Amino acid sequence: MDYFLTEEQKTIRELARRIAEEKVLPVRAELDEKEEFPWEIVKELAAADMFRVFIPEEYDGLGGGCLDLCLVTEELSRVCCGVATTYAVNALGCLTLIEYGTEEQKKKYLPDIASGKRLAAFAITEPTAGSDSSNIKTTADKVDGGYLLNGTKQFITNGGEAEIYTIIALTDKTRGARGASAIIVEKGTEGFTFGKKEKKMGIRASITSELVFHNCLVPEENLIGKPGLGFIQAMRLFDKSRPGIGAEAVGLCQGALEAATDYAAQRIQFDHPIITEPVVQQMLADMSINTEAARALVYAAARYVDSGAKDVTEYSAAAKVFASDAAMKITVDAVQVCGGSGYMRDYPVEKMMRDAKILQIYEGTNQILRNAIAMNLRKRKART
Amino acid sequence: MNIVVCIKQVPGTTEVKIDPETNTLIRQGIENIINPFDTYAIEEAVRLKEKHGGKVTVLTMGPPQADAALKEAVSVGADEVILLSDRAFAGADTWATANTLAKAIQKIGAFDLIITGRQTIDGDTGQVGPEMSEMLNIPFIAYVSQIEEIKEGYLRVSRMIEEGHEVLETTLPAIITVAKEINIPRLPSLRGMMKSKSAAVTTWSIKELGVNDKEVGLAGSSTQVVKIFFPQRVSQAEVLTGEPAEQVEKLIGKLKEAKLI
Repeated sequence: MDYFLTEEQKTIRELARRIAEEKVLPVRAELDEKEEFPWEIVKELAAADMFRVFIPEEYDGLGGGCLDLCLVTEELSRVCCGVATTYAVNALGCLTLIEYGTEEQKKKYLPDIASGKRLAAFAITEPTAGSDSSNIKTTADKVDGGYLLNGTKQFITNGGEAEIYTIIALTDKTRGARGASAIIVEKGTEGFTFGKKEKKMGIRASITSELVFHNCLVPEENLIGKPGLGFIQAMRLFDKSRPGIGAEAVGLCQGALEAATDYAAQRIQFDHPIITEPVVQQMLADMSINTEAARALVYAAARYVDSGAKDVTEYSAAAKVFASDAAMKITVDAVQVCGGSGYMRDYPVEKMMRDAKILQIYEGTNQILRNAIAMNLRKRKART
Repeated sequence: MNIVVCIKQVPGTTEVKIDPETNTLIRQGIENIINPFDTYAIEEAVRLKEKHGGKVTVLTMGPPQADAALKEAVSVGADEVILLSDRAFAGADTWATANTLAKAIQKIGAFDLIITGRQTIDGDTGQVGPEMSEMLNIPFIAYVSQIEEIKEGYLRVSRMIEEGHEVLETTLPAIITVAKEINIPRLPSLRGMMKSKSAAVTTWSIKELGVNDKEVGLAGSSTQVVKIFFPQRVSQAEVLTGEPAEQVEKLIGKLKEAKLI
């Protein structure tokens, strides 16, 4: 379908697809098998200006918005959701800075992120703070010369490989979530180390690590915005980043649909390709319908974010929930269409199925997001 | 370092169909691409520019739609692109093509190096490079797989020959054709692609080149394509029958007969 993209957006999509097909596709099985961080691909993405897409023009970026980011993410995810995650997390890692950072902070960090010289990451999750993300324990005590960080962040994408981290930590323990602040910590800062590297079910080309802070002193100028606003900043960030998770899901849907259709067209059983079986046709048709519906909702939500609208929570959550549920269902069905072969690691669909699961979990579980949507419905009802 | 790269836009397939009436390629419905061997030429030129400074000019002769190939060259780093397009250029053989390109290079003026692909995937002759060197009266080296050293007026390269590699030195200006072993062409960047969309393609016809229509195109070609056809496939396979032991015996007999064992 034609989504009336601008010429620039079409160019972004075209090039992202080329990178995915020419550079990612040949190594995706190997990256998955070895759980290797895709540095070679990161270099290709950087050389192609892909990290510039979401950075403002004044900091060497291309000034694109949420939809532009979604287009790249979708194309990468169509081939490998792990690579797409690695890419998209860079935007997550610097959007708070773009939104609330000072001119000085932006000048210091954004050009390096734009060029791909340094990767970014974002850290809020802790052992005690998953869905209950306000229950963080990491502290950032105000001391002479800055903030002293102590605590552990868990399940941090790009952890260990990224060099610029936006950390949500408590600058005022007594105030709970209202005492949280966003602070930039650079890799290599004394007292900042990396703990366990997680072994994951899917998206294994991406890296997920623990961040450990032990008396880690960061200068005061690394605070993003005002103290105490960290939690709100993080919630606003997720409002803008969730269509990106939706885009990962759409890419997965598309990849799985294509793989299943290709297989069904060439797999002969009972003397004819199984794509001529009505039962297979029904499955493929449902996969196609849900892929397009997910794409339409993700693009619409991304455009709504780009419009500057304030009430995006509900719609970006809806895009993430719908698209990731679709991706889970479609990848399971793609394995089913491919039968025994689909279950084997020689075929790409079992990886897609493993990759899809995380999309229903990270950046807000689909249950938590349904709660948020329902909360908005109740609020609206209460007002009438 | 001023480098001129000669490229050709070709059909993006090796399974070309031929119009039996006109003996020319059927181009309808086939996406056109830059001749793959020429992409290595562009890449090498851009790398030399990035290392030594200077300018990369990409030149092609072809129909107006060949400007797409030139814009693609801009997206991967070409500075200036020139399209030689005129009805009179049509139907050129390798000599007329080389002549037209050489005239354009003379018009461009000062250059240090001309790079082109070792051959095209449609014509497959590999003659245009060497012919240009004769016309421009400059040294020529084919199948270059590595540029070892380049400086003012001097070039040393390693080139592929059947038995291995040969290292050659030459004065500049010179012309080289490159093999695919020389580099891995880069993908375009977003900024490159956006730049290429608005890139100005200079177009020269016979008027701008100052040539007459007798020395270019079909009229300027000393060879004419009389007929193009697919060779008849003659099946020469022989199936040996019988028990395996019997088959082996027959096979050995055949091999001995052919003096292969």
